[in-house]
Amino acid sequence: MLIKRPEPIAPSEITPESVYQARRRFLALGAAGAGALLLPRLAGAATLPPVGAFGTLPSQALAGGEALTPLDSITSYCNFYELGTGKSDPARNAESLRTSPWRVRIGGEVARPGDYTLEDILQPHTLEERIYRLRCVEAWSMVVPWVGFPLADLLKRFEPTSRAKYVAFTTLYDPEQMPGQRRSVLEWPYREGLRIDEAMHPLTLLAVGLYGQTLPKQNGAPLRLVVPWKYGFKSIKSIVAIDLVESQPTTTWNQMQSSEYGFYANVNPAVDHPRWSQARERRIGEFFKRDTLAFNGYAEQVAGLYRGMDLRRQF
Amino acid sequence: MPRLNLLFLGIGLLPAGWWVIGLLSGQLGANPVETLTRQSGDWALRFLLLSLACTPLRVWGHWHTPMRLRRQWGLFAYFYAWVHLTIILVLEHELDMLALWRDVLDRPYITFGMLAFALLTPLAITSTKGWQRRLGRGWRRLHRWVYPTAIIAVVHFLLLVKADLREPLIYGALLSLLLLARLPKRT
Repeated sequence: MLIKRPEPIAPSEITPESVYQARRRFLALGAAGAGALLLPRLAGAATLPPVGAFGTLPSQALAGGEALTPLDSITSYCNFYELGTGKSDPARNAESLRTSPWRVRIGGEVARPGDYTLEDILQPHTLEERIYRLRCVEAWSMVVPWVGFPLADLLKRFEPTSRAKYVAFTTLYDPEQMPGQRRSVLEWPYREGLRIDEAMHPLTLLAVGLYGQTLPKQNGAPLRLVVPWKYGFKSIKSIVAIDLVESQPTTTWNQMQSSEYGFYANVNPAVDHPRWSQARERRIGEFFKRDTLAFNGYAEQVAGLYRGMDLRRQF
Repeated sequence: MPRLNLLFLGIGLLPAGWWVIGLLSGQLGANPVETLTRQSGDWALRFLLLSLACTPLRVWGHWHTPMRLRRQWGLFAYFYAWVHLTIILVLEHELDMLALWRDVLDRPYITFGMLAFALLTPLAITSTKGWQRRLGRGWRRLHRWVYPTAIIAVVHFLLLVKADLREPLIYGALLSLLLLARLPKRT
């Protein structure tokens, strides 16, 4: 994986203690004797294990060695309007979402379109852990140890054609399972999109887990996008369709209020949300704010994608 | 202080008491600053509406007791508005007055919020019996400012939500009711 690191990372930062502890617990529970030695390799294969734990995965800490946000904060403080507009609603309403069986339709400008089971989608990919900063457009942030694989790997499998300039994603629409969709707070289903070069960037992840466990439903199970240099609303949850398209797709928040939520939505401390400053952010777990980094700290890896663009206008 | 007022003084301080306990015991959620900001604003608005409910309850419900709590509720509205503003000033802007002022100028919902607070200030100051005497008939005129202030406070709430307008609309509906209840008796 060719991801430039901003600075050398100390060995202690690569595997945070909490994750390490969780793995030991898993190993102690699930494996005995020599079987334990095989487990990391087995767990690396991408079918979701029934116990909900992935075991030891290769890990890349790409959040500058910052402390991980506690799991209970990540799972109790969510923006997932399909499960309610309050921060604690998604955790409360998560139960009603059925994440298995799950199908994902791959369509548009690809050589091999089709309707696939989640298992088909994940099967050939090797899962890894990626520790990323997550910056919400509401000026709070977290550090999350995701489990997933690069979106690029998936897209290449389905062979995008030369007309594939953008990738459009769609969240499940089912008001029965997603009580938030019973009111038209947003135009359902939730849709997001990336330019093809953004989608193909090695930092762009399709996540199936966090903290070494299958993704909690309130965090977008069973399959979600993670684009660490963009505001969180770009990282669409509970994906049921991925379409390669020729022109820029309509995206939900942009459609709702284009002056406040741009298509690109790159984290940019110099461009304010019309109703609040984006210069600083509150890291969940901290009382005072800290400076927001350009591209959420991933400028070195991704700024080149936007060379020649006026990021004040194309925010 | 009469027993009724003392009782309601204790009740009115419950939210603030809970915040202190919640802060110390980590029970205000993953983002306690956001929780405090939202809830202090909620309570300011609730007490403002309570203070505006006293007259309609007397006129239409022939219930006179709330009138004895009107001043206290108005002052609680001001107290929670002050907590709200202080949290924003200290924890959002980190005492950067210039940043706060820029926000007041640039962002309509903050303009409205600040305006509501500014309008409440003279009402809170002149809420004493002494000021009531000193201002005479002017006191009533001055305190009618509470009506536009309440409208401005609800607009502040409406402008700040991202997509889900339910809560501010509920406050707006209640306020409309309380204001409409005043119309017929005046004509």
